[in-house]
Amino acid sequence: MRTKAIIRLLFTVGVITWLALVFTEISIVFSSSNNLASGIPAWLPNVILNLFILALFYYYRLKFDRDDVLNFVDLLWRVFATGLVATVVSLFLKLVEYLLGSTRLTTDVVFIDLIYLVNLGLMIGFLTMAFTAWKRLILYQKSKWLMRLWSFFELALLLSLLYNAFDFPFVERLYWAMLSFFVLIGLVLSANMKWVAYLNFRQKWTSLLLLLLTVFYLLYIFFTTSSLVEVLSGMNVDFTNYRFHVFILSLMTFVMVYSIFSFLVILFNLPTTSVFEQKLEEVVNFQRISQSIQTEQNEDSVYNILLETSVSTVFADAAWLEVKGSNPKAKVFTYKITEKESQEIINHLKAKNIKGILDQGSDKTKNLSRHLATLKGSRFRSILAFPILVKGENIGTLALLKELPDGFNREMTKIVGTFSNQAGISIENFRLMEEALQNERYKEELKIAKTVQKSLLPEVLEKDPDFEIAAFSESADEVGGDYYDTLRTNDHQVSLIVADVSGKGTTAAFHMSQMKGIFHSLAQDCVKPDVFMCKANQALVYCLERGSFISATFFIVDTRSKKVHYARAGHCPLLYFNASTNRAEYLKDKGIALGMIKNRSYSNFIEANEFDYHSGDIMVLYTDGVTEAKNTKGEEFGYERLAEVLIEVRHLSPKQIQEHLIKRLYEFSGTSNINDDYTTMIVKFT
Amino acid sequence: MIHIKRLQEDGVDIIALIGEIDASSSIELDLAIAKSVGEGFSRILVDCHSLEYISSAGLGVFMSYIEEFKDQNIKMVLYGMNDKVANTFEILGLNELLQIGKDKAHAKRMMNEL
Repeated sequence: MRTKAIIRLLFTVGVITWLALVFTEISIVFSSSNNLASGIPAWLPNVILNLFILALFYYYRLKFDRDDVLNFVDLLWRVFATGLVATVVSLFLKLVEYLLGSTRLTTDVVFIDLIYLVNLGLMIGFLTMAFTAWKRLILYQKSKWLMRLWSFFELALLLSLLYNAFDFPFVERLYWAMLSFFVLIGLVLSANMKWVAYLNFRQKWTSLLLLLLTVFYLLYIFFTTSSLVEVLSGMNVDFTNYRFHVFILSLMTFVMVYSIFSFLVILFNLPTTSVFEQKLEEVVNFQRISQSIQTEQNEDSVYNILLETSVSTVFADAAWLEVKGSNPKAKVFTYKITEKESQEIINHLKAKNIKGILDQGSDKTKNLSRHLATLKGSRFRSILAFPILVKGENIGTLALLKELPDGFNREMTKIVGTFSNQAGISIENFRLMEEALQNERYKEELKIAKTVQKSLLPEVLEKDPDFEIAAFSESADEVGGDYYDTLRTNDHQVSLIVADVSGKGTTAAFHMSQMKGIFHSLAQDCVKPDVFMCKANQALVYCLERGSFISATFFIVDTRSKKVHYARAGHCPLLYFNASTNRAEYLKDKGIALGMIKNRSYSNFIEANEFDYHSGDIMVLYTDGVTEAKNTKGEEFGYERLAEVLIEVRHLSPKQIQEHLIKRLYEFSGTSNINDDYTTMIVKFT
Repeated sequence: MIHIKRLQEDGVDIIALIGEIDASSSIELDLAIAKSVGEGFSRILVDCHSLEYISSAGLGVFMSYIEEFKDQNIKMVLYGMNDKVANTFEILGLNELLQIGKDKAHAKRMMNEL
């Protein structure tokens, strides 16, 4: 807001100073033509003129600084508009003069001086405005050196105002020296025309017109003011002769020179405009390809974009893009050419055993094109081919065709090469993203599986005066489920089960819950262990898929008869510690895992067993994760070691035995990272 | 990681397994057997001399072909297993459902008796 106020203030100051100039000048001229003494010192008008110049200078500078919009053509329009206004006003005055004819008024020196001053004001305004506009154009692409030179130029010009401010005696040599100095700097600065390159074709034509008219206005105002100076000089009065004003003349020269230079540069750059526009388009296309990965949903869109942009960049007559995917048949995207035609060309080149069809390089391109000429019936005479590389692997070829021979130049080869590189990168990114997404989904799945697994294991184990149970299960990330459970059937029978589901992830978790359901429903009726297994097998036949099975051992502990009845269906053999013999041994019995025989003949492959238990005996139920645990050397924990560990701690409670076993397991494997599930259920008979 | 080699001898397809079969490599095993069946072999021998370890996924692959082989009258015999692998088959009870021989000669004899 403050700048706005200052700008208005400066404008007002400008107007006021101009009026003051008029007033003082007129007084001097009037009194001098009438041979009177004016009370006004001769240097005053000069000072006021300089103040006027300064006010305008800063007015325009602040005004332009405020307007951030830098549209070149807009700038030129503004300069043109100011020039137009100045010229119109000047012409209007001329018209008035003409209409008044040759009267005494029109030949009065005061009148002429007034008109002169108006023109002078207009000219200075126009010049200052143009100067500030040109500053914008020149400093469009700043460099330190340029900035310094410009600041120096401006400062020097402003200081030169001092020269005219006071009534220095006119030293011609100094005057010419200063003038040439400024003109020289002006010429150097005028070499900065970079903004011209950024105009498109239409803008260049508009600019040409505007500059032409601006030059015309400049010339007109200059000549008008000059002629008025001539007339006034002839009248022999003291007036503010701008002819000796270094600032105004330097400014005039500078603005004029730059306008003419700009005009010529734009004119001679017209033929090359299309190249710049094309370059710009190439960059945009490149961006399109690299961003196509975020916006597009699949690889095909990337291929289409690549084909489109390549064709438009090199003005190809036809093109095809062949992509070898996971299916044996390659996908072919074509543009203005049939698949048959493209296949013909491919076969023809293959037949000629041309190596390096996929190498970029204009020499190879020439070779290809020459061979193309030998293919009868093909309307194409030039071909450009590029490989699409993803992770170093060639997944496809882009081929561009033209009907003209030698239709592709080096630039085109380079730019399409860049495109196909970028397309390769985009596709790689796309595939990586897909992989990452897949991994995420997989991890989610496993998380769910683990949660389900945990929820299926019992929180509370059956208690009985005859025995104590402790159970433990730790599941690895990637593996299917271990299951254990207990169920009291009646006051003297308790069922136990330990099972291992084959498979991974959520499937295993589902099967585990099926097993749990089967256990809880069948065990209620206290069936015999082999019958249990047969019924379980039959139930599972319909829900286990091909290649899946469940190994399990089912126990019924009868505390009245002090017997354990059990059936082992493909599960790890039970480790039994006999307190009386002080030995631990594995019970070997017949039994195939559940789900392997999908009919009732399964009953032939499972047998029921039983043994008596005594106080101090220990049953260790476990899954293969325990025995197959490997240490860093690749050795397995194994059955012997398990038995040894049991014997070591045979006198401890189940809980303690379990802790000890787990500790030994982790010690053995050397890491707390496990790659299989560890499950143990330890039953000690009291 | 598993490496699978196939040989043909006297009209019998011999699939040699080298390495370990875990969940991911079980797919290759499945493909190899499927290929053999697809090519019309009705006698298949599986050489397990260099098989170091087989996971439940691998066992599942063998198991899944039992029905199919019975229906199509295809005979498959495995042989040359080391103790550990043989033990794994035994615990699961697969030795009762699949034909497992000690060595190649024994396996060929078993095949002729089937």
